[in-house]
Amino acid sequence: MDYAGKLFLILLSTVLVNNFVLSRFLGICPFLGVSKKVSTAMGMGAAVIFVMTLASLFTYIIQYAILEPLNLEYLQTIAFILVIAALVQFVEMVIQKMSPTLYQALGVYLPLITTNCAVLGVAIINIRENYDLLQTLVNGAGAALGFTLALVLMAGIRERLELSDIPEPLKGFPITLITAGLMSVAFLGFQGLIN
Amino acid sequence: MKASKAIINGIITENPTFRLVLGMCPTLAVTTAAINGIGMGLATAFVLIASNLVISLLKDFIPSQVRIPAYIVVAATFVTVTGMLMEAFVPALYESLGIFIPLIVVNCIILGRAEAFASKNSPLVAIADGIGMGLGFTLSLTLLGIIREILGAGTLFGMQIMPQAYNPAVIMILPPGAFVTLGLLLGLLNKLTAKTR
Repeated sequence: MDYAGKLFLILLSTVLVNNFVLSRFLGICPFLGVSKKVSTAMGMGAAVIFVMTLASLFTYIIQYAILEPLNLEYLQTIAFILVIAALVQFVEMVIQKMSPTLYQALGVYLPLITTNCAVLGVAIINIRENYDLLQTLVNGAGAALGFTLALVLMAGIRERLELSDIPEPLKGFPITLITAGLMSVAFLGFQGLIN
Repeated sequence: MKASKAIINGIITENPTFRLVLGMCPTLAVTTAAINGIGMGLATAFVLIASNLVISLLKDFIPSQVRIPAYIVVAATFVTVTGMLMEAFVPALYESLGIFIPLIVVNCIILGRAEAFASKNSPLVAIADGIGMGLGFTLSLTLLGIIREILGAGTLFGMQIMPQAYNPAVIMILPPGAFVTLGLLLGLLNKLTAKTR
């Protein structure tokens, strides 16, 4: 298969087939926490796409330019989480300076992203799958797109759930988890796309 | 707060999975079998106890502006140690937990307890809190693992326990099963506690 086709396959696989939230279980906390309204879900999604693509790039550089030449692979977890934390802080400052409107929109979600396991998760997956730089970027952006897709879909459903008649003990987290389960069944249907 | 009270608190009153609803990613991802639940729970418990102890000892030396990065570095250190130990002694388990071992570092329980408990209490009580929370987490993960393994594969810890005629509901060990099982368990718990109130 040619290179462009392979990239497309990575994108398709990470957005739909191996959706980060619904089939790999990464980023569940923000998925449950910030999915009450479509507008906030969109804001969170945008912030995650931005940070995850950048984090993929920087962790790639750290891994192959610093850790591997120096035989420090065992410091991967520590190095990656620090890079991500610093990156989030840096992105926050840049956005605040460059575009106050965007900062207003993303503001609250940015600090939350450090502890979003999807970001560290995608960085580690990129290394484990031996992706090259372009594949890493596509996988990072794709994973974030998949996360955003699931988040926005969930927010749309939850806005309607607000008004529906749910048994008392299932209100809140339980019904959200069951809904996520049903969405996950639907996403299982994409499994046949790639073999 | 006394140490014994902190332990009970972690297991029952503030069970991290069923009461605080923290650390959802590993809870849902690795509980396809009971043994994975135990492994993940114990690994997290070890990191939690060790990082609680260290943070409690260092609480007077860490400036409050940089406390979060400091907590993360402490947790990441123990996660790396845990990962290496597991790779050496239980390679099969390490393999099946995969990416979720390094991801213990971003488990909300670790940072949450560091911030809310270990940084305000003496080392002994902090260890007790780590043990309680760790055991509470392990127990809930094992429970989920047992339910999903029995329904989804008809086995328990790898041994066949359902009759041969039982047709395993494979969906239970696929991702949807995780969401639905946890959702229903939480609902059931809400129902039971609502009655006793």
